[in-house]
Amino acid sequence: MSQVSMTVNGKGVSGEIEGRTLLADFLREGLGLTGTHVGCDTGQCGACVVHVDGRAVKACNMFAAEAEGAEVTTIEGMAAPDGTLSVIQQAFQDHHGLQCGFCTPGMVMSAAALLSENPKPSEAEIRDYLEGNICRCTGYHNIVKAILAASGQDANAIAAE
Amino acid sequence: MPADGGIGASTKRREDIRFLSGTGNYTDDINLHGQAYVHFLRSDVAHGVLSVDASDAAAMPGVLRIFTGDDFADVGGLPCGWQVTDRHGEVMQEPAHPVIATGKVRHVGEIVAAVVAETREQARDAAEAVDVEIEELPAVVDMKAALADGATKVHDDLTSNLCFDWGFVEDNKDAVDQAIKDAAHVTTLDLVNNRLIPNAMEPRVAVGDFNRGTGDSTLYTTSQNPHVIRLLMGAFVLGIPEHKLRVVAPDVGGGFGSKIFHYAEEAFCTFAAKALNRPVKWTSTRSEAFMSDAHGRDHVTRIELALDGDNNFTAIRTETHANMGAYLSTFAPSVPTWLHGTLMAGNYKTPVIYVNVKAVFTNTVPVDAYRGAGRPEATFQLERVIDKAARELGVDPIALRRQNFITEFPYATPVAVEYDTGDYVATMDKLEEIADLRGFAARRKASEKKGLLRGLGINCYIEACGIAPSHLVGQLGARAGLYESATVRVNATGGITVMTGSHSHGQGHETAFPQVVADMIGIDASMVEIEHGDTANTPMGMGTYGSRSLAVGGSAMVRATEKIINKAKKIAAHLMEAAEADIELKDGQFSVAGTDKSVAWGDVTLAAYVPHNYPLEEIEPGLEETAFYDPANFTFPAGAYACEVEVDPETGKVRIASFAATDDFGNIVNPMIVDGQVHGGIGQGIGQALLEACAYDENGQLLTGSYMDYAMPRADDVPFYKVDHSCQTPCTHNPLGVKGCGEAGAIGSPPSVVNAVVDALQSGGHDVTHIDMPLSPSRVWAAMQG
Repeated sequence: MSQVSMTVNGKGVSGEIEGRTLLADFLREGLGLTGTHVGCDTGQCGACVVHVDGRAVKACNMFAAEAEGAEVTTIEGMAAPDGTLSVIQQAFQDHHGLQCGFCTPGMVMSAAALLSENPKPSEAEIRDYLEGNICRCTGYHNIVKAILAASGQDANAIAAE
Repeated sequence: MPADGGIGASTKRREDIRFLSGTGNYTDDINLHGQAYVHFLRSDVAHGVLSVDASDAAAMPGVLRIFTGDDFADVGGLPCGWQVTDRHGEVMQEPAHPVIATGKVRHVGEIVAAVVAETREQARDAAEAVDVEIEELPAVVDMKAALADGATKVHDDLTSNLCFDWGFVEDNKDAVDQAIKDAAHVTTLDLVNNRLIPNAMEPRVAVGDFNRGTGDSTLYTTSQNPHVIRLLMGAFVLGIPEHKLRVVAPDVGGGFGSKIFHYAEEAFCTFAAKALNRPVKWTSTRSEAFMSDAHGRDHVTRIELALDGDNNFTAIRTETHANMGAYLSTFAPSVPTWLHGTLMAGNYKTPVIYVNVKAVFTNTVPVDAYRGAGRPEATFQLERVIDKAARELGVDPIALRRQNFITEFPYATPVAVEYDTGDYVATMDKLEEIADLRGFAARRKASEKKGLLRGLGINCYIEACGIAPSHLVGQLGARAGLYESATVRVNATGGITVMTGSHSHGQGHETAFPQVVADMIGIDASMVEIEHGDTANTPMGMGTYGSRSLAVGGSAMVRATEKIINKAKKIAAHLMEAAEADIELKDGQFSVAGTDKSVAWGDVTLAAYVPHNYPLEEIEPGLEETAFYDPANFTFPAGAYACEVEVDPETGKVRIASFAATDDFGNIVNPMIVDGQVHGGIGQGIGQALLEACAYDENGQLLTGSYMDYAMPRADDVPFYKVDHSCQTPCTHNPLGVKGCGEAGAIGSPPSVVNAVVDALQSGGHDVTHIDMPLSPSRVWAAMQG
């Protein structure tokens, strides 16, 4: 066992880990931040996406020890302190971009990373960026619309084209 | 009516707040004090003689106990909930289904031992040290080979690998044979409905708990129907009566059928928690999910469609081999039979139909209901053979369908069901409009200019939802009733808690169900809260599958709310010193007809719980009512779908250029949610048509055991969909007039995709009449090469 320290959602945290402890497990079990989900064991589904030093990372594909000293943001850190949803989160609700909610944290975190890189992505760019996030409920329609809307575009008009 | 919150409003989902902020409560988020962890060892071969020696592993750090099949000698096996009687009047062959294998293993992924340790890592480490010897035996994978003389038997104690040979309707068989002999034209199609792995994004989880002080067991599990699990596991596996067993299915991350069934891991965790007197938790990895969640589809079919000289359908004859896998999963026998044969009439007037289904045991994971369950298989073969017939006869596929549409309702099909309402002409008209079918020729030209082959595929579908009348399914072999329940608890200050036996795992019950109750009373939907998923605080219910939640569970809620309103009117009459018959309820106000006297909803609810001025001699205090609703018939949603594809002739790669769906779901409570359900179903249907296939090699080794090998549809595999549900013929026999929308997209979409690809290839001069799903580039390219 060893000690790891990092900043998670703006707060300094530390905990005991094994060398093999994954960042996703440290967040979920070490810190009780169960919003980050684990949907596969091969880094394919994207339910575990978090931000590490501003980059979207699959937390099941990274050891907790590798995040030593890093700034980590999880889904729990996306809303304002008073609970007001971020623009992206609100767009997901407004456009029914989620059903069972299991892939949703990863989708929101990926969408946030996309919009910080590319503030007005096209439909094709959104679909391409979400390659690493699987959703089984929505057929992606309303997820893509939500991200278009969150970037200030007319999602309904684009979807109807 | 409240502007945003009544029936027909696209109310935003309240459950989204917790899912979007990371505060959902999924089963894996539950951790109990003193919890131990189980790691299951699973067979890595499809068939073999098993021996397990856990003595070394038992001494590993943190190990609490290692369980093998012998530990379950006194425990029942996993039960099957449906018994099919075959065409000769014999009941199906039903093998024992152990919690942990003993003696033999019968599919890759079957549990051979379970290591319980203090931590997940210790359980995993100790599992490495368990000595599992499996002497491999020949496996049967192909269904027809499994039925051949001398085939290896999956179960030694059964007479063969044939579970049942079902004929439906057996009395029609001769008439069908004759009609096919007499037909002007017969179109025959051999096809495969590809085996799928459901892949809800949340892997299954089970946490068992036992309280020695009370003797009560609790199971937290990823289930679509906690009461069903309580009954099956309690009564048939572990011998725990319902009042000593609580099953909780909290937030569940998708199901699509795969979380209906009672699984070995649930029984194990409940059993082990008692044996060890501490909570035991299992969280499936995705790899385990691929080889232990029940699979779907896997039918091999020959369908023959007979037509007269005027292109009227005269008969349909089908022969299907349906894979059961190695054991009978909970509802497996119902899927290729009653959920499939009864839909074979589709949207068409065909006088006689005969369906034969041979269900077969193989050394593969059990197969059971997956979104649509039997109905996609029926729709696919019917809509493909109609398309092929149109091509053979040189007639327009839409015209051929229209000519044969059922147009008068109610309509009794020759396959034992009665459609109450529908308007297939209207949904087809609407489809032609929203899919702009007139513009197809121009779009095809534009694609040709890019060197791509464009195809148009259309199909209709019908499904039987609102599952199901108990007396009927009882006659058909169900070992359960299929009613639903609701308790409506009105609190003193007027807020309402509805406890439903239905379960939400993405469908949005917590938003849509309050819309109904609020609408009936005329209060804001925010005053109504839904409780579901916990057997401790909800009435016995059958759960969510078969697009039944609103049609059956919603109807129960309506009935209970009606009882509430009736009682509240009595109270209001007393408060206003008026006759009960004169009391009207509107916008949350009770008034006396023809007067200006009124009392508010909250005045009445308070009186019910503070009965100072109350008709105690007539009615009891309190305002809480329960209703159980057993449907009179299935509901029959139907629609028409259109798909356009572009095929790259150089590579065989198919791109979905557009997809349009018109559905008749009857009345609609929340259009936004209905749209979302259809989108998701179409996504899964496109996945089946183009991408997904569960593959086994000839030894029964699972080749598609991860997302690296099993192609899930991703965002860039699908387009925006055009969906329309403005054609509404309300269901005639439930109080909401609703039909159900959860499975339509998955049922209705695969045939149009395949029809479109065949159309594209034909337009390029390729004489291709069928390609089996998934239409991967290699399959399409190979078909083009002849």
